[in-house]
Amino acid sequence: MAPLLNVAGLQAWYGESHILHGVDLHVNAGETICILGRNGMGKTTTLRSIMGILSKRTGTITFDGTDLMKTSLHNTAKAGVGFVPEERGIFATLSVQENLMLPPKVAEGGMSVDEIYTLFPNLKERRNSPGTKLSGGEQQMLAMARILRTGAKCLLLDEPTEGLAPVIIQAIGDVLRTLKARGMTVVLVEQNFRFASKVADRFYVMDHGTMVAEFPVADLPNRMAMLNETLGV
Amino acid sequence: MTTIFGYPLVVWMGQLLLGLINGSFYAMLSLGLAVIFGLLRVINFAHGAMYMLGAFVALLMATYLGLNYWVALFVAPLVVALGGAIVERTMLSRLYKLDHLYGLLFTFGLALLIEGTFRYLFGASGQPYPVPAALSGGVNLGFMFLPIYRGWVIIASLIACLAVWLLIEKTKLGSYLRASTENPVLVQSFGVNVPLLLTLTYALGAGLAGLAGVLAAPIYQVSPLMGTNIIIIVFAVVVVGGMGSILGAIITGYMLGIAEGLTKVIYPEASNIVIFVIMAIVLILRPAGLFGKDA
Ligand SMILES: Nc1ncnc2c1ncn2[C@@H]1O[C@H](COP(=O)(O)OP(=O)(O)O)[C@@H](O)[C@H]1O
Ligand SMILES: [Mg+2]
Repeated sequence: MAPLLNVAGLQAWYGESHILHGVDLHVNAGETICILGRNGMGKTTTLRSIMGILSKRTGTITFDGTDLMKTSLHNTAKAGVGFVPEERGIFATLSVQENLMLPPKVAEGGMSVDEIYTLFPNLKERRNSPGTKLSGGEQQMLAMARILRTGAKCLLLDEPTEGLAPVIIQAIGDVLRTLKARGMTVVLVEQNFRFASKVADRFYVMDHGTMVAEFPVADLPNRMAMLNETLGV
Repeated sequence: MTTIFGYPLVVWMGQLLLGLINGSFYAMLSLGLAVIFGLLRVINFAHGAMYMLGAFVALLMATYLGLNYWVALFVAPLVVALGGAIVERTMLSRLYKLDHLYGLLFTFGLALLIEGTFRYLFGASGQPYPVPAALSGGVNLGFMFLPIYRGWVIIASLIACLAVWLLIEKTKLGSYLRASTENPVLVQSFGVNVPLLLTLTYALGAGLAGLAGVLAAPIYQVSPLMGTNIIIIVFAVVVVGGMGSILGAIITGYMLGIAEGLTKVIYPEASNIVIFVIMAIVLILRPAGLFGKDA
């Protein structure tokens, strides 16, 4: 079966600076992959290029039969790709509920608001407060929750655990496992590979704008030495 | 007889009402400017020309098509809004990627072009527009004689401002607009057609200016330069209220209209500059404006 998301030879630029030098990756339907890599290696840029936020890009990106290279930014979501940015992007002038309802539905099969509030009870309690009054963990939950409503088939999740307390990281892990059980496809960017090892099926290691390694989760123990070196932990 | 600071109450009340009428126009115009600036980051110098266009469309509809005020009240703002949409789509939208100064220069040039064309076609002098029959005459309020039409202007502008405020604060479309004001790229990545939203927003601001123009037509003379006179004051209003604050623009519009009116009682010579004095004071004490967020 063809992968749901396929990226080949992706190059991308911010103005004159050439950041991605030929990224190859694929994600099968229902799979969770994780991109590891130190700061500044191009993980965020990869996700932004897939979405089309970064328009100066060359190569191939196909998603579920759609050629994303030819798709304008507001149509990428409609193809079924949902983006949860590293900075979370919660809107201060919108209430929690408005933030949650903001992204338009792109397909049937998304979570209902009730299901979302069951999965994230804190959000329900605080649904009338301004989005940015939430704690960092709650903002991350909200950033994920609003995409889950839309029926997106694939979630691009950029460092969801960054700066969060262990108990919240655990809760995010639970959410990701719930999503996987529902058949969601996830591209996870992480620096915390202990967390990632509990949710991802397969890993990519990114270094200076290309993928330098790819291996399944079962292979993780054999790769520890290499990871400790490339990730500098 | 009751007096305040030595002036009869009736004089105060009279000027308060007149100030409120001017404030109605300031509020509608500065609201449109604030909405456009909030999302497009463009200071719309063509706003005065759009106000003038609203009045002229009403006048031309009456002269050449025999269409009355009530028709003009709906059609003229739509015509101006449509013009705004075309300008945004075909020209202004090409400038977003450049420095914001280009948008300002473009709209400034557009204003000169529109006003120059109308001056060439219709001459600089003003033309009267009749008060609609249903709103002619006046009522004696005890402290002043209020022409009914002027009362209508206050009510109509309050309704228009309230409607726009509700649209922005309480509807789904408004939540797209507020979110895009904060982070347009993210909103677009959610699948919202943000370029279309920008066009609609510019059209909304233009339509509001056009509506203000129709409301103004029976009060002021309809002339190609009617927009240049008022827009300078409206820019001062926007500076006082704070760029990009919707509610701030509305409240400041009415407040400064009233301040202008009340100054007429105490020191008539200063009434033309009081708004600019207030602007200077606000700029010194609170540069982001009364309702603006400190950057
Ligand atoms: N908006 C930008 N403009 C210019 N360069 C950028 C921008 N964002 C990121 N970069 C550069 O691109 C490179 C990759 O960044 P990024 O993809 O954010 O890395 P990561 O997510 O792996 O930490 C870095 O060298 C960074 O400095
Ligand atoms: Mg990053």
